[in-house]
Amino acid sequence: MLDDTDRRLLRQLLADPGAATAVLAERSGMTQASCWRRLEKLTDTGIIRGRHAVVDWPALGYEVEVSLRITLEKNDPRAFDHFIFAARKVPEVTEIQTFLGRVDVRVVVIARDMAHYQSIYREQILTLPHIADLEALMTVATVKTNPSLPL
Amino acid sequence: MIATDAIDRAILAALQSDATLSAGQVGRQVGLSQPACWRRIKRLTDAGVLVGHRIALDLERVGFGVTVFLGIKLAAKGRTSIGDFERAISAIPEVQSIHHVLGLYDYRLRVVARDLGDFERVLRRRIMTIPGVGDIESNVLLSEERLPGPVGRVIG
Repeated sequence: MLDDTDRRLLRQLLADPGAATAVLAERSGMTQASCWRRLEKLTDTGIIRGRHAVVDWPALGYEVEVSLRITLEKNDPRAFDHFIFAARKVPEVTEIQTFLGRVDVRVVVIARDMAHYQSIYREQILTLPHIADLEALMTVATVKTNPSLPL
Repeated sequence: MIATDAIDRAILAALQSDATLSAGQVGRQVGLSQPACWRRIKRLTDAGVLVGHRIALDLERVGFGVTVFLGIKLAAKGRTSIGDFERAISAIPEVQSIHHVLGLYDYRLRVVARDLGDFERVLRRRIMTIPGVGDIESNVLLSEERLPGPVGRVIG
């Protein structure tokens, strides 16, 4: 289980994931050695699952991001598996989430421009299996993106 | 926007799966020497393509058992200030991300909570009380995977 010191350390880590251990140690009020040990333990026990580089897609020319909210056909028990297996193979898909609610699956698609999006949508999205209904939300602006948690 | 080749994209794929890899380790995966790989990583960073790290936590084990995606429609458009709405919603600590979207909803939110009871509290006391909030749709997250995107696959 986490103690208060772990929580303090995780808060600092989420606030600045690139910070060096020495900096994290100072900000969370512990020695560098104990900070290092705690990070090691949080990683070994699977609380910290990984550290991933973030790619800014617009910097690579992908200006369009669309969130597709999908309802699947309910007559095939393996519809979810089939759909997700096929969606993973679309290179422009960057996220897949499944839900309990009105929406079954959400897929994030990125594209260079609207024409590119249109071709991905027609050729690679509409052809995915078991789609019953689909709605698109196009991202206009990111107001907040902050991975911090009220720990 | 910078031009990238297949090796650059393989580097992006490798670092997206594990940002702790050294330039030497990434170089071995993509068939480059350590200095050559380091130069490419530096170029991608300087061009604003690599923009930092994301820490993946086991949310359930740090006490956040529930993640909900919300779609929010603004009521009485024109009469509520979008700026005020965005400031109020951004100030809620449980709200991790807010996207202004075009479509069925005006905003898409990602909200974390300790459990469904806690989520109900955040929704009723914090979100629904903000002036301008109209229709809300909640979908509880069951599973999530992130993919490397159009970078090809890691070589080797």
